[in-house]
Amino acid sequence: MPVGQVARPYTLFFQENIQGPEMTSDAGSNIISARQDELLAAWLRTLQSSGVSTDRRTSVAQIEQEAREFVKLLAECTSGGYTADIAAPNWMPLRNFLEEFSRRRAAQGFTADVTASYIFSFKKALFEVQNAVDGGGKSLIDLMWKWTEIVDALGLYTISTYQKSREDVIRRQQDDLLELSTPVIKLWEGVLALPMIGTLDSSRTQVVMETLLQRIVDTGSSIAILDITGVPTVDTLVAQHLMKTVTAIRLMGADCIISGIRPQIAQTIVHLGIDLTGITTKANLADALAVAMQRITALSAT
Amino acid sequence: MDRIPILRMGNCLLITIQVDMHDRLALALQDDLTAKIYATGAKGVLIDISALEIVDSFMGRMIANISAMAMILDARTIVVGMRPAVAITLVELGLELPGVQTALDVERGMHMLRSTLVRTR
Repeated sequence: MPVGQVARPYTLFFQENIQGPEMTSDAGSNIISARQDELLAAWLRTLQSSGVSTDRRTSVAQIEQEAREFVKLLAECTSGGYTADIAAPNWMPLRNFLEEFSRRRAAQGFTADVTASYIFSFKKALFEVQNAVDGGGKSLIDLMWKWTEIVDALGLYTISTYQKSREDVIRRQQDDLLELSTPVIKLWEGVLALPMIGTLDSSRTQVVMETLLQRIVDTGSSIAILDITGVPTVDTLVAQHLMKTVTAIRLMGADCIISGIRPQIAQTIVHLGIDLTGITTKANLADALAVAMQRITALSAT
Repeated sequence: MDRIPILRMGNCLLITIQVDMHDRLALALQDDLTAKIYATGAKGVLIDISALEIVDSFMGRMIANISAMAMILDARTIVVGMRPAVAITLVELGLELPGVQTALDVERGMHMLRSTLVRTR
């Protein structure tokens, strides 16, 4: 078949968009706007055969709606001509859609590859429709390459947004954890307790110290109980952090009792040669509270 | 030059630091306080630092020194109202101020001072 005849369907199909040498550049975009329904049907078929629709986390209706929106936006974004630079402003609506889509997928707990292959699966539908229009040919390879470039860029964008959403979730959880793990409890008038849970590192000790000291000022409490039952291990660094907190509390003019020292922790402290003299230590919170009550009554009696 | 006023309340002296301390001011306070304890025979000193927001290692040492000097002159010293940020800074600087007695506020500090003075009388 002569080359001219192969190119003929293109020329006919995209007659209105022929503007000089950039004919093939504009060519690709119009298959989408002209054949949206065909593309959508082909894509949904591909998605169905890949088993996405059987996933219980999304409904068939939602997949269909997402697919329709994607095709519609892609048609709008490519109407200005061929460009694989999806960072350009005219790609904005589609980028927004993909961001929203990735976020939704991340929230629903889909893995990154499933999320990306959803976008990549559009390629098959695209080629099918392109093939039906054109009937195959040499210039098809050029066009295919251009389409591949665009769809890949879109897929990659989806993955990176997906990853970012996941990282946001992790960061938020870390912050929550930090705040949740430092509750300051008022046990009695003038007695504060801080049950520490989890490993004590520098940043956490800083938060603990600041919240506790601030609460001491706010409530005017003269005794603070640090309960370390939930601290899994005590090494020299953790002990140093504890000592710092105790000293800061003493400088403020309040007393500090450390409670919840488990037998293994007591052994470790002695083996490490950590000096806790001058600090009141108790085995459990009940004992610490008893001592605190005694001190408070002694204070108010004088 | 500015000086920090030292108020006399019975056999106690009350110092309220309400300006940002600079080094000369702290040294002047040290001179004034020791002279005043000597002159009045005060048995207790209360230093209120609740308005102090910025401390450095020198200031931390001055607080410890003033307290130790007063102790030598047989006046019990209590530092009251240290802010959380100041306490954290001092601890991070490694100034744990051993031997300095502390209280949460002036009321409690005065209470502590009175009760010990009664006992030792």
